[in-house]
Amino acid sequence: MIRETYVNALAVAVLLAVPAWAVIADEPFTITLMTRAAIFAVAAIGLNIALGIGGLVSFGHAVFFGLGGYAMGILAHHAQTYTALAEWPILIEGTKSMPVIWLLAVVLSALAALVIGILSLRTSGVYFIMITLAFGQMFFFFAISWAEYGGEDGLSIYVRNGFPGLNTLVPIHFYGLCLTVLFLVLVFAWRLVNSPFGLALNAARQAPIRVETVGLDPVRIKLVAFVISGAITGLAGAMFADLNRFVSPTMFSWQTSGEIMIFIILGGVGRLFGPVVGALVFVALEHWLGGLSDYWHIYLGLLLLLTVLFGRGGLIGMVSGRRAVHD
Amino acid sequence: MTEAVLETRGIYKSFGALRASQDISLDLLEGEIHAIIGPNGAGKSTLIGQICGTLKPDAGSVQLLGRDVTHDPARLRARAGLGRTFQISSLAMEDTVLQNAVLGALGASGNPWRFFSDALSDKDLRNTAQEALLRVGLEDHATSRTAELSHGQRRQLEVAVALTQKPKVLVMDEPMAGMGSEGSKRLTGFLDGLRREAPILLVEHDMDAVFALADRISVLVYGEVIATGTVDEIRADKAVREAYLGEDA
Repeated sequence: MIRETYVNALAVAVLLAVPAWAVIADEPFTITLMTRAAIFAVAAIGLNIALGIGGLVSFGHAVFFGLGGYAMGILAHHAQTYTALAEWPILIEGTKSMPVIWLLAVVLSALAALVIGILSLRTSGVYFIMITLAFGQMFFFFAISWAEYGGEDGLSIYVRNGFPGLNTLVPIHFYGLCLTVLFLVLVFAWRLVNSPFGLALNAARQAPIRVETVGLDPVRIKLVAFVISGAITGLAGAMFADLNRFVSPTMFSWQTSGEIMIFIILGGVGRLFGPVVGALVFVALEHWLGGLSDYWHIYLGLLLLLTVLFGRGGLIGMVSGRRAVHD
Repeated sequence: MTEAVLETRGIYKSFGALRASQDISLDLLEGEIHAIIGPNGAGKSTLIGQICGTLKPDAGSVQLLGRDVTHDPARLRARAGLGRTFQISSLAMEDTVLQNAVLGALGASGNPWRFFSDALSDKDLRNTAQEALLRVGLEDHATSRTAELSHGQRRQLEVAVALTQKPKVLVMDEPMAGMGSEGSKRLTGFLDGLRREAPILLVEHDMDAVFALADRISVLVYGEVIATGTVDEIRADKAVREAYLGEDA
């Protein structure tokens, strides 16, 4: 048995060493895969705050992932076609600046999470899962029918957006940027879990009546967690769109919500590095098993089943033997 | 006459055909322990729910420290100074003992919107929490997971969390339940001193504790208060003996 800290350190080592090797061996595709994993990890850290700590089983996090994606797609689309996003009441133009796009992705996702959260948090359990799923489907079908921005076909962006001081078209530059975001988000999540807010959120999941009895509002605490969670997943959506230089309604689909959830369940629900390990394993399987068979999801399903049945808290729990934060 | 710190005025509550509270009027005075006794199903927990704000009465009102709180949710009553312990422990079981106590202190501080500081190294929160743990004798278990505590220790923690609130009024639902006689005796001694700090509305099945502690006792049967009085009055009350205490009491 290995201690959880070592598993976490191993994940960090993989995130640093594999791309370094890929640069030396001139394997840009490996860097792209690692970037994909890093972005998925960010999305899943977002969901983990709501699901893992707050106990909010959101089956609609694709909404935020997709909103981030479309924030990038729409802004970049207008920039590359030299058209204005809006001319009235004020002129709004597209942009190819990543920081601006990210900011917008975060704000939009946070707003959407606020509205969805206020409505969904009136329910709990299965109803919460269903209502968040319903919101996801609403956005999905809206995107499909939004012909102006590609409808079903989505939007292609020809040149990756720019970040001051970096050439984002060089894979390792873009990876470095995504990795930095991942580390920052990890530090944020770590601080959050141990903060007074995190303590209250943790308790709100386990015993909402207790939180209420000490004079706090468990629903409001969960709502704020949901907003933070959505904002982080939205940021990941914008990064993902930039990685692919493409957005489509798929980003809003329930399969996307499911995949983000799978990262967490694979790695370990409620664990700081659960989303990271889950995303790395997922992308590795997707690449290798996907290369062997079109039906690789069967094996992913098997692994997921084994993890849930015997892992007691995901792969990290399986390896380190330490109990999950909760079961 | 001293002002009542907590008072119910003509509370009614029904669940379908079951009348759980019928015209319940009782009060809690400064410095006293007012015990509520009654057989199972008499409506004690329903009454507590209405006093603490987790249930809404169909009619009647609840006054806390001279204010009508009938329509306030539980958290506002808590903020106003109402501390509560539960019959069935409702603690964050996966958290440590200290974390549960710090949560209480956090609630009392009224500001959970701190996202970056470390909760357990916050001096104010930690001091309040440790002081409360010390008072109930759980200081050596601060780092234990709450799920690993014995039944009686969880009860002590319930009390400690309530104390972190610096409550002005305490409502305790069977704090002795599941405790050994030793623990029960210790808690009795503790509550005895506590009443001067915060008057206690005590729902309890342990008659030794009730008779040792209570300044007044109210007897609840089928949702109605059939008698209120001092320990001696209640012991002597014929209706109470028939309804509840049995002939040998």
